[in-house]
Amino acid sequence: MAFAAFGASAGATTGRGAAREPAPLKRSAIAIGLLAPGIVYLLLFFVTPFVSMVITSLNQPGASGGKGDYVLGFQWQNYVDALTQYGPQFLRSFGYSLTATVLTLLIGFPVAYFIGVTARKWPLVQSLTLCLVIAPFFISFLLRTLAWQHILASNGPIVELLQTVGLFDATDRITGTDFAVIFGITYNYLPFMILPLYASLERLDLRLLEAGSDLYAHPTARFFRITLPITMPGVVSGTLLTFIPAAGDYINSDPNYLGSPKTAMVGNVIQAQFLNAENYPLASAVSVALMVIILIVVAVYIRFAGTEELV
Amino acid sequence: MSSLGAAGVAAETMQQLERPGRAPRRQRITTGQWLLPLYVVLAFVFLLTPIVNVILFSFNDSRKNNAQWQGWTLDHWFDVCTVQNGAVCGAFGTSVAIGLTATVIATVLGTLMAIALGRYRFRGRTPVNLLLFLPMASPEVVLGVGLAAEFLSVRFQFGFWTIVIAHVLFCISFVVTTVKARVAALDPALEEAGRDLYGSSAQVFFRITLPLLTPGIVAAALLSFSLSFDDFITTRFNAGAVTTFPLWIYTVKSVPAEANVVATFVFALAIIAVVVVQVVNARRRKRLGRAA
Repeated sequence: MAFAAFGASAGATTGRGAAREPAPLKRSAIAIGLLAPGIVYLLLFFVTPFVSMVITSLNQPGASGGKGDYVLGFQWQNYVDALTQYGPQFLRSFGYSLTATVLTLLIGFPVAYFIGVTARKWPLVQSLTLCLVIAPFFISFLLRTLAWQHILASNGPIVELLQTVGLFDATDRITGTDFAVIFGITYNYLPFMILPLYASLERLDLRLLEAGSDLYAHPTARFFRITLPITMPGVVSGTLLTFIPAAGDYINSDPNYLGSPKTAMVGNVIQAQFLNAENYPLASAVSVALMVIILIVVAVYIRFAGTEELV
Repeated sequence: MSSLGAAGVAAETMQQLERPGRAPRRQRITTGQWLLPLYVVLAFVFLLTPIVNVILFSFNDSRKNNAQWQGWTLDHWFDVCTVQNGAVCGAFGTSVAIGLTATVIATVLGTLMAIALGRYRFRGRTPVNLLLFLPMASPEVVLGVGLAAEFLSVRFQFGFWTIVIAHVLFCISFVVTTVKARVAALDPALEEAGRDLYGSSAQVFFRITLPLLTPGIVAAALLSFSLSFDDFITTRFNAGAVTTFPLWIYTVKSVPAEANVVATFVFALAIIAVVVVQVVNARRRKRLGRAA
């Protein structure tokens, strides 16, 4: 279902319909032939790199001790360094992405409900609003974030307005704060939340809500006992599609965009260590740690949310 | 999905039939009737503000810093390929070339996998699904570092192909999901009819299955291209000396208005593509509906 999230966005343009019959059983030899190229690709460029990254994360400095010179080793110390040196960055990454995920859910659910349920009567409104939700995908992510940076900057319209009104001092700023980074992440991942929610809500059978009100259920009760449980797969996909990339994101927290050195996330550390310091083992150790923490969080969350139709 | 859709339509009709007899409840809905659209409008303002800003500033009469509004001009639209010795256009061209290559590879590999997963039962579905899910469950920075670590260890030259490899990796899963939905919606009776008419497997595939899957494949390709074109994080780790459009934006000191020109141009093309796909599909549906 997590994928169906995105499938929905495409599904919206491909349209639905066509009869649905259970697919007939067929010989698996053909299936293996069809799958083989893709599987080989994923083994070569997803599984092997992961192994390669784990090996790199245990490397030790080479004989020359120069920049970027590392040899095979078993240096656990890299992981100790990763977690002790970059504790604040890890906390920020997860703090920011969790907050942003909750915000996108709060902003996105009513929007998805409007598109998927309210606008059912007007197909044109439905496809137009859906188109507007995917519109941000078509314009550069960096430029959109930069646009917010211009809008929220100290000499930008918002800060100037707040200063004229007297809510802000001359030194107060928005960019470079936790708020700005969370704001940017919320903005950038909002469509990833709305689309899967829409896919679930679009299939919501309104008769169930009718039945609820016939049984004198309060609208709040109807929402929490009918709408929300039924759309849970969409909520799970949306939160995962937001939380996972957000935790690894480092553009919003980049000092040239919405952040400052005080808002550095794990991604900023990885980029600096890998590309600038060429400390490949440390960057790899930080990446592996990030990946492991995310997988644990996701596994616990899926179990807790009780959805099995993830894949 | 079609049966559920029908249920939705039925529910709607029932609601309409019931409305006159339920005056008090209708009033309560009225408050929500303007509250929800208002909320949605505000959300869309939030969603679209930076897009409008990017488009607007492609017409900004600015020299170096494109952060402040200086007045209207079309200059940047004409000098887009000449400023900074053509760096903007060059980066754009690189991104398009990488995007097209990655899209073709990802769409072919993904479509084959989607057909296998949607059509055939075989042992080992779960590991295959997991293998497709994990790239989506990995933050881009991890995919980027992993690939870069691999390329470094085998001393593979970073450049065009390493970027393509990285982009195909994160596009495949999206292609599989999109096309799989379409495969599942295929009516097997159509393929059977083809075989009954003595069509060979190849004929059935190319003249029935593939055309029916085309809308899904086109959607998947569009999605792949936009993901690839806009990718920054994975590209950053695997680019070597090659500069894509997002990399150029990131590395240039102050982003000139020409960047906005390119983005606006791509945005317009994408919107046109989406509209065309919608219209073609609507026509197709009508035609198929008549045929049925």
